[in-house]
Amino acid sequence: MNGVHDLGGMHGFGPVVREQDEPVFHSEWEKRVFAMMLTAFGRRVYNVDEFRRAIERMPPARYLAATYYEKWLHALESLLVEKGALTAEELLSGHAAARAPANATGLLDDGSGGGVESFDDSAVKLRFDKRFKPRFKAGERVVARNLNPAHHTRLPRYARGKRGVIRYDQGVFVFPDTHAHGQGAKPQHVYTVAFEAKELWGADHNERAPVYLDCWEDYLERDRAGAKPAAKTAAKPAAKAAAKPAAKAAAKVAIKPAARVRAAKPIARTRARARKGPTKR
Amino acid sequence: MSEGHDHHNAPLSEPAQRVKALEQLLVEKGLVNPQALDELIDTYEQRVGPRNGARVIARAWTDPEYRKRLFDNAAKAIEELGFPPGPQGEHMMVVENTPRVHNLVVCTLCSCYPWSVLGLPPVWYKSTAYRASAVNDPRGLLRDFGVDVGDKEIRVWDSSSEMRYLVMPERPAGTENLSEDELAELVTRDSMIGTGLPKSPAQRARESRAAK
Repeated sequence: MNGVHDLGGMHGFGPVVREQDEPVFHSEWEKRVFAMMLTAFGRRVYNVDEFRRAIERMPPARYLAATYYEKWLHALESLLVEKGALTAEELLSGHAAARAPANATGLLDDGSGGGVESFDDSAVKLRFDKRFKPRFKAGERVVARNLNPAHHTRLPRYARGKRGVIRYDQGVFVFPDTHAHGQGAKPQHVYTVAFEAKELWGADHNERAPVYLDCWEDYLERDRAGAKPAAKTAAKPAAKAAAKPAAKAAAKVAIKPAARVRAAKPIARTRARARKGPTKR
Repeated sequence: MSEGHDHHNAPLSEPAQRVKALEQLLVEKGLVNPQALDELIDTYEQRVGPRNGARVIARAWTDPEYRKRLFDNAAKAIEELGFPPGPQGEHMMVVENTPRVHNLVVCTLCSCYPWSVLGLPPVWYKSTAYRASAVNDPRGLLRDFGVDVGDKEIRVWDSSSEMRYLVMPERPAGTENLSEDELAELVTRDSMIGTGLPKSPAQRARESRAAK
């Protein structure tokens, strides 16, 4: 969804304003919204992608004007109604017409709090599930697809159509684009892709400030144009100057300093090793 | 302070009214237990916060074996110190500042943040200004935060997936003889987001003198 929530790279929001000695919450109601949201989430009334989607559905002007916990309140109210835990009439009147319906008994409070210790580890298990094979590996050149779906997505506009290099394979995760819409988990690998500033923001952004963005496999395709020269450049930084005009696109995002490759390596290696074991937990 | 809590005669704000009605409704339905909500709030006000992350960093600075485990499997190594992954801490990666690279964490699409080690995010981290500018002008942003990283590469981590990133700042100079506890005192929340640097021992000493 090309929504106003997709803020990366926008201008005009002014400097970042910080508060000295900021409290965790700014009012009693924020605390209650936080705890109710987490309880309903812990009880699986909705998943995290549905929750984000519910926030993104706010009208743009309201989204921008709302505080963080006002957004949470909006999403909590709408999801509780959509999921059948409450009716719209009950929400308006503030009184229960009936106890929770039978199909919501899984949501009933069992005193466990739904808090820090009680989250299950199914997502962690999925992450290391060997049945899902990765299509890409670290070091490969990719292009973020130019997708503009009306539904929920986690591919920000600033990266669409842009070329980058896979830095890490982070393992298997559910796919937000379907998971937010009750269309299944569609598990797939997520990769951290490095996009150079110049590639994202144009030739005058030649400072070394790459963005490392996590991309689901379905967001990516192989960068066929840049594949070959890129590999050469990565292996021998000195060869970069010799890049042919045909390789221009690749040279634009070439991994310049060898140091960067080196800095990334130890983690990449240890992470790959961590995944070799059948079940790490 | 809080609406309607300390000023019983003041009218409730619009969201405060809605929240009160919602909680009452969910309690009537048997869907939430107010005491359980209190406990959850207490957990995030008292137990889960940036001091947890500071312990992790200080341990990694002083214990090479722990440091290795932290890079191998961050969530597990963090749990070792008694900090359960919980929500927004299940999939962690620690990214290390070096003499050449400075890391900065943002979530441009919402406000993803590593709760298990940093607690709940400050308002500025969730602000449109931070989310908009961190990817596009990180050097200018750091300048506004009073942070000068020279000509280091600034690597901006946009937390678009369920991975959560914790920055391991560089250990300040002149701290060779400090204990793990003393080192943890130098690690600020912002230094673990990348919008700050750890305190120097001298800075820390000045602050504690001023507090007395």
